[in-house]
Order: sequence, then structure tokens, then C-alpha cells
Amino acid sequence: MSKDILLNAVRRGLKRGPLPEDRKAMLRGRLALHPRHTIPARSRLPHAGQVDLFVRNVEKEFGSVVRVADWNAVPDAIADYLSAQNLPSRFAMAPHPELQAIPWSNRPMLEIRVGRAEATDAVAVTQAFAAIAETGTLMLPSAPERPTTLNLLADTAIVVLRASNLVGAYEEAWDKLRAELGGMPRNVMLVTGPSRSADIEQTLELGAHGPRNLHVILVEDAG
Amino acid sequence: MHVATSPAFKENAHKALADAGLQKALARSGPSFIARRASAVAGLPEFEELRNIARDIKNHAIENLDFYLEEYEAKVIAAGGQVHWCPDADAARAAVLAICQRVGARTVTKGKSMIGEEIAINAHLERHGIVPIETDLGEYIIQLRDELPSHIIAPAFHLNMEDWEEAFRKHHTDLPADRSLAERRDILIEARTRLRSKFLAADVGITGANFLIAETGSSVIVTNEGNGDLTQTLPRVHIVLASIEKCVPTIEDTTSLLRLLARSATGQDFSVYTTFSTGVRRPGDLDGPDEYHVVLIDNGRSAMIGTEFQEMLRCIRCAACMNHCPVYGAVGGHAYGWVYPGPMGSVLTPGLLGVDKAGHLPNASTFCGKCESVCPVKIPLPKLMRHWREREFERHLSPTAYRTNLGLWAFFARRPSLYRLATRIGAKALALLGRKRGRLASLPFAAGWTEGRDLPTPEGDTFFARYARAQRDGTH
Repeated sequence: MSKDILLNAVRRGLKRGPLPEDRKAMLRGRLALHPRHTIPARSRLPHAGQVDLFVRNVEKEFGSVVRVADWNAVPDAIADYLSAQNLPSRFAMAPHPELQAIPWSNRPMLEIRVGRAEATDAVAVTQAFAAIAETGTLMLPSAPERPTTLNLLADTAIVVLRASNLVGAYEEAWDKLRAELGGMPRNVMLVTGPSRSADIEQTLELGAHGPRNLHVILVEDAG
Repeated sequence: MHVATSPAFKENAHKALADAGLQKALARSGPSFIARRASAVAGLPEFEELRNIARDIKNHAIENLDFYLEEYEAKVIAAGGQVHWCPDADAARAAVLAICQRVGARTVTKGKSMIGEEIAINAHLERHGIVPIETDLGEYIIQLRDELPSHIIAPAFHLNMEDWEEAFRKHHTDLPADRSLAERRDILIEARTRLRSKFLAADVGITGANFLIAETGSSVIVTNEGNGDLTQTLPRVHIVLASIEKCVPTIEDTTSLLRLLARSATGQDFSVYTTFSTGVRRPGDLDGPDEYHVVLIDNGRSAMIGTEFQEMLRCIRCAACMNHCPVYGAVGGHAYGWVYPGPMGSVLTPGLLGVDKAGHLPNASTFCGKCESVCPVKIPLPKLMRHWREREFERHLSPTAYRTNLGLWAFFARRPSLYRLATRIGAKALALLGRKRGRLASLPFAAGWTEGRDLPTPEGDTFFARYARAQRDGTH
């Protein structure tokens, strides 16, 4: 069997047979504990400092952030952003309970289709499970209420993030994911800024195959 | 299918030096990679500490690779996926083709994968009537031009704007001939529009993997364009091509390696899209593939374990070594003749193709040590190149003149008094020959060396003579 051929070739190189049980148990212990390594000091800040660091990093990576006081302000923030960018007031939105609970009727001109993204969508709105201050990164795990295509297909991606879901380092986001989701979803995207390519003459151009604009609505809840 | 031209490195290098377009591209892009990395590294005071951690993580993973691969497979299966164990390139090609044929695939979109280049999967699919479409912008033009990538993270490193325009006009003949392609933006939008319909129509998406995680059964890809994500999200079937040494234990281990990868590669703190894929679409999911296959490929890696080349398996394919290499900077990636150029290629390629075919590569080094000093996992690349040189010598693969001269040198080196006499005569003779100009434009038996440079003439005594005199006089 190819599996045995391959594993035996590896063991021949390592000059041993299969690992003894006690060694395997030790390695399984390491997998279960998944110990952290050094975490860079840059994100070791009080929460307010982490929020500021996150905003700075998103902007450094050509994304944009608007900070709003509560959920009621989200429809205005989105409508204002879309009109400022000359974009249609029509978008696909994740079927996430947090997003669906927003009082959209405040801005009746917004046309919302709830579901996954389709090729024709110009704007998509989704919810961030977590955000990482260290590099201005959004954590977007797939789920029925958070379809992956919303992160990818539209030219403009708008992500609603609760400040209390923002952490300093990647490790903290992964622990949050383990604790709240219980295991790995099918897909976890870590997104840092809008899509880009430097393949033409090693010069940066925004908007390759993913969104050209990445806009974060940061809801400053009690966190 | 591209036949490796690594045996012809010398001829390739000569051509590269005379290629004006290539030299223009190298001069433009080389320094920017170096500056961007330096700035990213300066922004992370823990960078050096993380290099040691990364080295240790990868060493630990290789020492226990059989265990971690089995754990990894168990997790992939639990997430509804399947692992195909492939000892060599033939097995890997057959596994991919069998999946594509079973699902009746007509077109396949592809994210950038160096192992895909290594096993030449595109040519194999084409031979069986399946159309592979590269979606990374750099890989896309490489496919249009029917070339190999010239760089492992920037496949079109060797091309200039005029090459892009020419290729797009030649291949996108359904578009108006008078359209403007003068700006980079025009090129990008045309490629984006063209590939969008391919993403939506593809039956299978093939990506590579930067890491495989034993803890969760996840494959990780890192891109800036988002093409890899569209490739693995939209089609019904996702196939991951990965070599065995990509397997690391945990998410935390992966995270530490990711902190080094983008900084070393493009000088970004983090790539735009770092995506973890684990199995198939879950109940209630509105998108994602129904099938998830990992084609796990050995193809020469296991044979490096337990040898002096085991350390090469730590490589995370960041390309910092080639970005900082004076040889790569002079001749570009195609001169190396195969998939992996630069210092990492000079070590890996002889291991994968055989030192008889790629023996020139480890010789194409100035041993300046820059590659080792920037390697995020601290691979001693110059030392490994030296090991290949030794093997080449032991197997009598090096040229006769080289062997004769080295033998001659060894004869004198073992006889110190003869050595001193010979160097004293040599130095005097050379000084006499070049007395007027202070340099020699050509030398007998070394025309190749003096073709591109002059030899300064020795002035006065040999080092030994001077040293002995200084000792005697008490001066330094």
C-alpha cells in the first residue's frame, strides 16, 4: 500500500520503526495542549490600545475602518460609506443573527439580499468572528450564518466587527475559536486588507481576484 | 511539459546575462524585495527569536513526521476528506487525474503550487483532455507563455510590461484590438474579468499548501490576490497538492511560522489571505466544496531524511534566499533550469533530479552566506551546497581540469615547504608579468575566470613570508 511505502521510507530515513506508544502519547499530549510560542510584544496592550493598533494596521494595509457607538448606527455607517464611494445601495448580507437584528428600517433605501454571495454582487456585508490587532487581521470562519463567498466575490467587502471580539494576537483568536466553535470549521479566512497583486513588475495593484475595497464597521460595544 | 535544463546551467547563465529584458526586470525588482523584507523585520523585534523557534518546530515535525502524517490523515478523514499517499510524481499525477475523471471534470482552476510545477500536473491533465487554468496572475501569464516560473513566489519576476501586453493581445483575441493595455491596472482588470468566469465554471479547484496541520487536519494557503480562495471555495471538488514536509503539529506552531513567512517573502507583516481549509462543506453551509482531497507527495523528500540534506526539509518556500542571492540577481530563475531556483533550488534540485543532472547548481554560488543569514528557518544553505559539491567530486562528476587542478593543489598543500616555494615563485612570476599595469587581463589556464575580470598582480612576498617576517620583527 502506498501509505505504508511512504511511511516506511520516512522511518528508514529516521533510522527507526514506528514510534513506541509512550512517545506517541507524549506527542498526542503536545497536540492536545498546543503550547504557544513567543507572542510579539506589540499587541500586549490594554484593550483600547489593541483597538487603536488594529485600526492603524488595517489602514496601513489599505483597508478602512469607521468606528460607531452601537448597532443602531450601522445602517447609517454603511449607507454613508456606499454613497461616498459611489456604490449602489444594494448588497448581499450574511444570514448572521447579529446582522439580522440590526434596525435596517432606519435606512429604507438599503436593498438587502440575505444569503451567500453571487457573481453579480458588487457589495457584500458579513460579520467578523474575531479580529487580531497584531497585524490588523479579520478572522472569518465559515458557517451557515457566515458564507465564505461573501469574503471573496464582491468588489467591496464590508465587515461588521464588535470591539469586544477584538484580541491582541492570533493565538488569542484561535483559543476563542476553539472555545466558542468547538473545532475547526470547514474554512477559516484570516483577512488583512483588500486583495492585491504585485505580479506585474513587482508593483502593487489593489483589487486582484478578491475585493478591491475592505471596509470595517467597528461597533464599540462594552468590551 | 518542460524538460529540466539544469545540466546546461552555464549556457543558460550566459544567455541570461545577455538578455536585456531579463536584466531590466532583475535590476528593477531585486532591490525592492530586499528593502521590503528589511523593513518588515525591523518592525518585529522578536524576529530572530522566532527564527530559532521556527527551526525547532520544523525539526521536531520532521523527527516525528510518520506520527504527525498519520494523525493528520485521521483528522482529514474525520472532517469528511481523503488523503492520497503518493510516493512519487507518477502516483500523484494518477491520483489527481482519477479524481478529475471520476467527477467528469472539463476545466480545473488552479492556485499557485510549486509541487504542482514539480509533478507537471498541468501537462498531465491536458494530455487527458482536461483544461487546467492557472489563476494566480503571475502563473496565468506563465501558462499563456508556456514557461516555467522564474521565482517561487513571483512567477513572472522576469517579465516587463511589454511582455504582459504582448501575451494578453496574443491570447485574448476576442477583445478589441485597439483596447489600451498601457497601465498595470488595465492588465489586472482584464485578467480579473477573464478569470472570474473560469472560477465560476470550474469543476475542480487545485491548490497547493503552505502547511498541513496534524492537530486539525487543515491545509493552509497564503495568497494576496484571493485566487486561491476562489479556487478552493467555488468548485464542487477541492484537491490539495502538498509534499510531506509541509506537515506541522499544531495551529500555534503554524502561527509562529506564519509570522516569519510573509515578512521573509514579500516584506508584508501578514499576507492578505491566510486560509485554513478543513474537510468538506458542513450541514447548513451555503458554499464550499462537497469533496476535499489531499494528494500527499513524497517524490524524493523521505530520501533526504537522515542525510546531511534533512535540514532542507525545513524550507517554507519564502524565497528570501533567492531575493538576496547575487547569483540569482545576475541570471534570474530560468537559468537554474527547473522549478526551484536560487540557493534553495541549488540544494533541493540535485536532491530531486540527481546530482548528475543538477551538479552545476550548487557550484553557482559565491558563498557569500547571505541566503543563510535571511533564511527564516535557518537552513545552512552554503554548507548544504558544499555537501553537494563534495558528492559531485566523490562521484567523479566534476570536470577533469577541475579535478586535476584540485589534485595538484592538494599535492602541494600536503607538502608545506614545496607549497611555499611554489607560491613564492608564482607570486614573483605574476608580479613580473603584470608589473606595468598592476593587473593581468588574462591568465593561462584561467581564461574563463579572467574573461569577465582582471587579476590584480601580487605585490612583493607571499603571505607566509610576510607573516614570518612580522613574527620575527615583532610587528603586525
